[in-house]
Amino acid sequence: MIRSEILRDIAPVISDHLVVCNIGLPSQELHMIDDQPSNFYMLGTMGLSSSIGLGLALAQGKKVISIDGDGSVLTNFGTLPTIANNVADNYILLIIDNGSYGSTGDQPTYAGRKTSLAAVATACGCENVVECRAEDTRAALETALAGDRMTIIVAKCESGNIKVPVITMDPVVIRDRFMKTVQA
Amino acid sequence: MSINTKIVDDLVANDVAFVTTVPCKQLAGVIDEIEQRDEIYHIPANKEDEGMGLCAGAFMGGKRPAIIMQNTAIGVTVNTLVTLTQFYRMPLPMLISFRGELKEPVACQVEMAVHTKALLNQLHIPTYHFHKQSDADELDAILKYTFMCNKPVAILTDATFWGGY
Repeated sequence: MIRSEILRDIAPVISDHLVVCNIGLPSQELHMIDDQPSNFYMLGTMGLSSSIGLGLALAQGKKVISIDGDGSVLTNFGTLPTIANNVADNYILLIIDNGSYGSTGDQPTYAGRKTSLAAVATACGCENVVECRAEDTRAALETALAGDRMTIIVAKCESGNIKVPVITMDPVVIRDRFMKTVQA
Repeated sequence: MSINTKIVDDLVANDVAFVTTVPCKQLAGVIDEIEQRDEIYHIPANKEDEGMGLCAGAFMGGKRPAIIMQNTAIGVTVNTLVTLTQFYRMPLPMLISFRGELKEPVACQVEMAVHTKALLNQLHIPTYHFHKQSDADELDAILKYTFMCNKPVAILTDATFWGGY
């Protein structure tokens, strides 16, 4: 399974929740598969999906899912100790780990080599870290959503992309409709 | 009243409830004060761009955010300020220690100080410079302005303002 197949598989599970989605192809794919006002698409700023999601989860009570990638977590590694030390039980970080920088041409990341993001998250103090196969991502998310415990999911999948259009929606529109969903 | 108490009182009076910090020696007192206030969730960040991401999320979750950091952070956060805070039109008061100004003992700090205002100007970020403690009388108005216009706003606080090193 590649990332877009995971997103297609989990779309019905996440569509009723607040989702912060990583820059580049992940946001473009989610936008194409199942655009929702409850999706916050990142159009720039690689690495901050997990930070935006954590801030959102700490500020209000609804469940928040940050969809991140291995490359983006590596870019903002400091996020993992911050998450570990500021527990928000309405927060789920889903790292789709395809071992590559997908949006830039599938250059390999260190997470696809010797570095285990699940082990790093655990070492940073995250208490509920689940590593799963791509095929089991949906079940892992359903379990995390059913519980009331902050969860880090590392879904290991294959590298690869599909053709998707860029998101042309204005960023202020994305932010405005997202905030209205948060407040609803 | 100490200047640290006055600054944090103004934050609380303007409903700032989520503050992320990356420390500086000059900001130690204000960070201590924030840590003591029940009205504010204090979340130390490991890097300032991470902190700005946290603030963006908190804002969308309904809490007014602020970031406290050193001016070296302007060099770190240009991309985040432009593609997140400004692109999505989010408010962010930035209380910044202006290292490398008069009374600075560390030469390397001057290297970033000479670029600080030029960078903020290039980024079209409204910028205020606190040199005397009475300059902080405007903090309340600056905070109201920030949340009125949904922009990042810089408040540079130099060594003279803090009473030296």
